[in-house]
Amino acid sequence: MNKEHNGLSKFIFMFVFLLLITYSVIIIYPLLWMIISGFKTNQELFLEPWGLPAKLLWSNYKSAWDVGVGKFFVNSLFVTSVSVTVTLFISACCAFPLSRYEFKGQNIFLLIIIGGVMLAPQVSLISLYKLLQRLKIYNTYWALIIPYIAFRIPFTTFLIRSYMLSLPREIEDSAYIDGCTSWRLFWNIILPMCKPIMATSALLAAMSVWNEFMFALVFIEDSTLRTIPVGIMNLRSTLSTNWTILLAALTISALPMIILFIVFQKQFVRGITQGGVKG
Amino acid sequence: MNIYRNKKVAILFMLPALVFVILFIYYPIIQNFIYSLYRWSSFSEVKVFVGFDYYKRLLSDPIFYIALKNNALYAIISIVFQVGVGMILAAVLEEKIMRRYQTFFRTVYFMPSVISITVVGLLFQLVYNPNIGLLNAFLKVVGLETLTHDWLGRSDTAMFAIIATSQWQYIGYIMLLFLVAIQKIPEELYESAMIDGANAIQKFIHVTIPQIKETILVTSIITIIGAFKVFDEVYVMTAGGPGRSTEVLASYMYRAGFRNDEMGYAATIATVIFLITFIVTLIQLKVSKEKNEA
Repeated sequence: MNKEHNGLSKFIFMFVFLLLITYSVIIIYPLLWMIISGFKTNQELFLEPWGLPAKLLWSNYKSAWDVGVGKFFVNSLFVTSVSVTVTLFISACCAFPLSRYEFKGQNIFLLIIIGGVMLAPQVSLISLYKLLQRLKIYNTYWALIIPYIAFRIPFTTFLIRSYMLSLPREIEDSAYIDGCTSWRLFWNIILPMCKPIMATSALLAAMSVWNEFMFALVFIEDSTLRTIPVGIMNLRSTLSTNWTILLAALTISALPMIILFIVFQKQFVRGITQGGVKG
Repeated sequence: MNIYRNKKVAILFMLPALVFVILFIYYPIIQNFIYSLYRWSSFSEVKVFVGFDYYKRLLSDPIFYIALKNNALYAIISIVFQVGVGMILAAVLEEKIMRRYQTFFRTVYFMPSVISITVVGLLFQLVYNPNIGLLNAFLKVVGLETLTHDWLGRSDTAMFAIIATSQWQYIGYIMLLFLVAIQKIPEELYESAMIDGANAIQKFIHVTIPQIKETILVTSIITIIGAFKVFDEVYVMTAGGPGRSTEVLASYMYRAGFRNDEMGYAATIATVIFLITFIVTLIQLKVSKEKNEA
């Protein structure tokens, strides 16, 4: 390669690199602005939207927590942990026969379970609302937990089943010869081998439940039962122009998922690229 | 293994999942269609059979067409940015010279998609805010003061402002799907293209794109379906306003059901959302099937 060519490709590289950096700034800046503005006084935010706060006002975070975010946070934590645990257990149980057993109609069962991935929760909003009222669980934690589990099962089962299909079968064969029951085969042998995909599934399920908005808006009436996404929506009107407290509330709501993502990036990426399903 | 032939045990293992999925996913869809044939309100037990009246009304409802248009706009812009830009970004990050920076850019670009739409929506409401917002402040700094705007408060820009937020959030997500697809392309294809003297852009057009056709299809379908069921962004940022200028199908359904208490009409709109997303999915299945057979 001649020198001139090298110079040109170096120029192109720098140019493209600059574009990538610019785009990174567009992504990062609003998030940083959210975190930093949460430390400002309202006046500082007005006069100098770009500037750094004169001193860190932790009290905004404290006020945000006290004015409701704390309560919503605990609600979200409860709803998310129950939904994720139950989803994982039920999906793993379901994936086991779908990946191992041979029986008539297996494909139909597979289609029923995994086909649920394609159905939008929006379509069921009205009828679920009515169904939950009839089941007398409307406006309780269960009005969220049960639909969340149902809508997470198809994708979670899909992920776990693909993983189970890829596992070697020698260990089960010898366990079977030792007279293991099907339950012990599943619980003591196969499930422990599925830890990586269970972790991935748990993360993705936690993310979708933690962030879910529409069901949480419609199936809960009582403000003390609200989860974070709807809770902070209501804070907006309570706080009216107390922007900086609102920004602190937003930061508190977003941080758990950002931290989980940064720590467990590998598991996130694996799950998302296997499924290619959004939301 | 004989143990794996016991159908009863198999069904026992699947039973909880089946109950959940059938009772809370499939049954509500059928029930929704039935609900759309009745006039009813959420607080009374009275239901009046009206047949397909609501469907007729929907077809002559101007707001339905505004919503449909906004959903379509959402889909088109999202395909251009999420699929188009996402694909190009992935190809650039997979270039040899960029690979050592890939993890950093990937992490940054993907990050917004793990945050809830409510947080992002409320944040961008402040970014677009005419008084304290970053966007107008930025325009002033770079001397484009004439462009400053009440972005979400005016009906000619509000829809675009919402859609732009959604692009900000999800380009990185689609990019990730492309990254993995590009990583699966055999290196030899690029090597032989190099021998033929192809430059980076030619390699992208003649090697990369044909190899990731399937991913392009899948991401486009995901994006279209996502655009026709969008709710959170609109509800959080404008609730369909100003006027009805940012109404989409799902927000209109919510308004019909829970604001105007016309549950039957809301169920009708839900059926339309179902039909659109279902047809798009069928097209995807058909196209991928034909591709696999060819």
